[in-house]
Amino acid sequence: MTEPEIYETLTTIFRDVFLRDDLDLTPTLSAKDVPDWDSFKQIEIIIAVEGHFGIKFRTREMDSLNNVGDLVQLIASKT
Amino acid sequence: MIELYWLPRIENWRERLRHLGEAGDAAWDEAVALAAARIDTVQTNALDTIVRRTFAAPPKSLSDKPIRLALLGSSTMAHLHAAVRVAGLRRRMWVETYENDYGQYWQELADPESNLHRFKPTAIVLALDAHHLAGGIDAAASAADVDAALAEICERIRTCWRLARDNFRCAVIHQLALPVHPPLLGSNEHRLTGSRAAFIAKLNAELRRMADAEGVDVLALDDRAARDGLFAWHNPELWHRAKQEVSPAAAPMYGELIMRLVAARRGRSYKALVLDLDNTIWGGVVGDDGVEGLVLGQGSPLGEGFVHFQDYARELSRRGVILAVVSKNDEKNALEPFDRHPEMVLKRGDIASFVANWSDKPANLRMVAEELNIGIDALVFIDDNPFERDLVRRELPMVAVPEISDDPASYAQTLADAGYFEAVTVTAEDRARSGQYQSNRQREQLKASATDLGAYLRGLEMRLTWRRFDRVGLNRTVQLINKTNQFNLTTRRYSEADIVGVMQDERAFGATLRLIDRFGDNGIIAIVIGRLQSDSDLLIDTWLMSCRVLGRQVEPTTLNLVAALAQQLGARQLIGEYVPTAKNGMVKDHYARLGFSAIGGSGEAARHALDLTGFVPRETFVELIEERADD
Repeated sequence: MTEPEIYETLTTIFRDVFLRDDLDLTPTLSAKDVPDWDSFKQIEIIIAVEGHFGIKFRTREMDSLNNVGDLVQLIASKT
Repeated sequence: MIELYWLPRIENWRERLRHLGEAGDAAWDEAVALAAARIDTVQTNALDTIVRRTFAAPPKSLSDKPIRLALLGSSTMAHLHAAVRVAGLRRRMWVETYENDYGQYWQELADPESNLHRFKPTAIVLALDAHHLAGGIDAAASAADVDAALAEICERIRTCWRLARDNFRCAVIHQLALPVHPPLLGSNEHRLTGSRAAFIAKLNAELRRMADAEGVDVLALDDRAARDGLFAWHNPELWHRAKQEVSPAAAPMYGELIMRLVAARRGRSYKALVLDLDNTIWGGVVGDDGVEGLVLGQGSPLGEGFVHFQDYARELSRRGVILAVVSKNDEKNALEPFDRHPEMVLKRGDIASFVANWSDKPANLRMVAEELNIGIDALVFIDDNPFERDLVRRELPMVAVPEISDDPASYAQTLADAGYFEAVTVTAEDRARSGQYQSNRQREQLKASATDLGAYLRGLEMRLTWRRFDRVGLNRTVQLINKTNQFNLTTRRYSEADIVGVMQDERAFGATLRLIDRFGDNGIIAIVIGRLQSDSDLLIDTWLMSCRVLGRQVEPTTLNLVAALAQQLGARQLIGEYVPTAKNGMVKDHYARLGFSAIGGSGEAARHALDLTGFVPRETFVELIEERADD
């Protein structure tokens, strides 16, 4: 799957999770930039990504995520 | 991942959600429609957020009182609230949720000053996770240690249940633990005394027994894990990360399971399964292929699949679900396989209402509901044709219409997963009900043959036997009080504890009435509760009746009973109340018909009075007989 395709799917997921249709994803976007992005929302994103892409994250992988760019790289490595 | 796969997908769900706030008066119906779609965890949470934003308070039109549900657990449940509320929304119920401070379930139950007590729950879910419960067990433990631990935990849980019940008089649901512990021995794990996995299995078995004795319902997550796979429910990674025993991915199904139990306790489960025929209960089209050409029974995998589904439907009917047929067919053709196909499991006698014609299906479903005297919102309709399913959903959104594949092998499991017929008790009445509907048809036939109504009623040889509330009938009494919507003057819902209260109150009476006629026993068909308001006035607090016995003079005969019981308490006047709801319009003139005069009322309720000093019992063809508790 190409990066633009991953960004497209992720954008829908993020907009649904935060209910903000103006949210645009950039590689450097992280939890501190989005008001409601707490640990619960983080898990919701992970669950949704796993479901949509049919992949599974390991503990170390989840811990290594610092921003959207990391997430996209991780998804790309698994799809 | 567990999905709500029996619910239809909605094409433009995201757009509709975003416009929910602009829907005005239609917003609630729209929210219910969005909840009744195949949605995942993210969609569920989003819907919940928008609904909470749109409605500051429950809409006034709801027929059910808002539910205040407390989730009491030993681990994190915050990620499950939205799904529980949305599962309520799917049932047109407004649900408020509460969760104890982390780990403090016991303290909050016991402490009258706690936030739980301030919340005043109407339902409590006690969810103790497997790690918490097996905490004291290790592989070196002796049998005596394990037995002692089991006894102690059972006692602690029993105390929690009793605290919940005594403090709040509310429904208590106990969530059985997921089997999260990996085995130490393997297949014969049960031989290791100190195995945590074996301990949880043993504990769950013991809790089932205890729950039956204590009137608690269980949420069988262990069964679900066996069916769906443990890791559909439990994600060890997320347990370590956030102490979530139930994975957020399973939240929509979790909410469903909880609200099914709550709805079942309120008599809000579906009551009838309506079957399409061609390519739903047999393969092929009987009008074209003939009885001989149908795919049904041995010799073909597809044919065996249809037999399997018919068998499941018949099993459902044996435990109280009513079966009906709605099919586009000539009636003669539709009936033929029932009469002479050797592989048919379902017989004509299993079907309480049989409608085969060329009218549209929504109209026929209305007819079935009418003939069975149940609400149209109590019907589940199963049809292999996507067009028919869509039409029924559009015309009759209150009818449940599961999405099914074209493989009959999956139909039974789909119905079971959809949980339409969730039940928490099985009464003898439930088991006999299908037979009762059959007898009803015979009565209808007698009615058609008798020329005048009096002769018909006399010919029924009816006996109305009544008894005061007692422990024996408690289950059925509470079930009827909570599920009767149409012939119900006040729609007051009562718990077992409330009914015991009536039994103990010297200034009140409560009675159940059973109608028996020459075609059989109709079971308990009416309930009345009366309370003295002053020394002279007796208020008829509750009067409800099964619609199955309408037009049988049960009402005036019941009035004779109410009058007699009121006079025993010294009353000189009966006060009858009618409290209108969305469903009980049929009894609006009930008291006027019985000769009461309107005396105004307070708020929504209309009051009527009947003088007892000159009361002459109404003449009916129904004999009134008291059945004493020791009979």
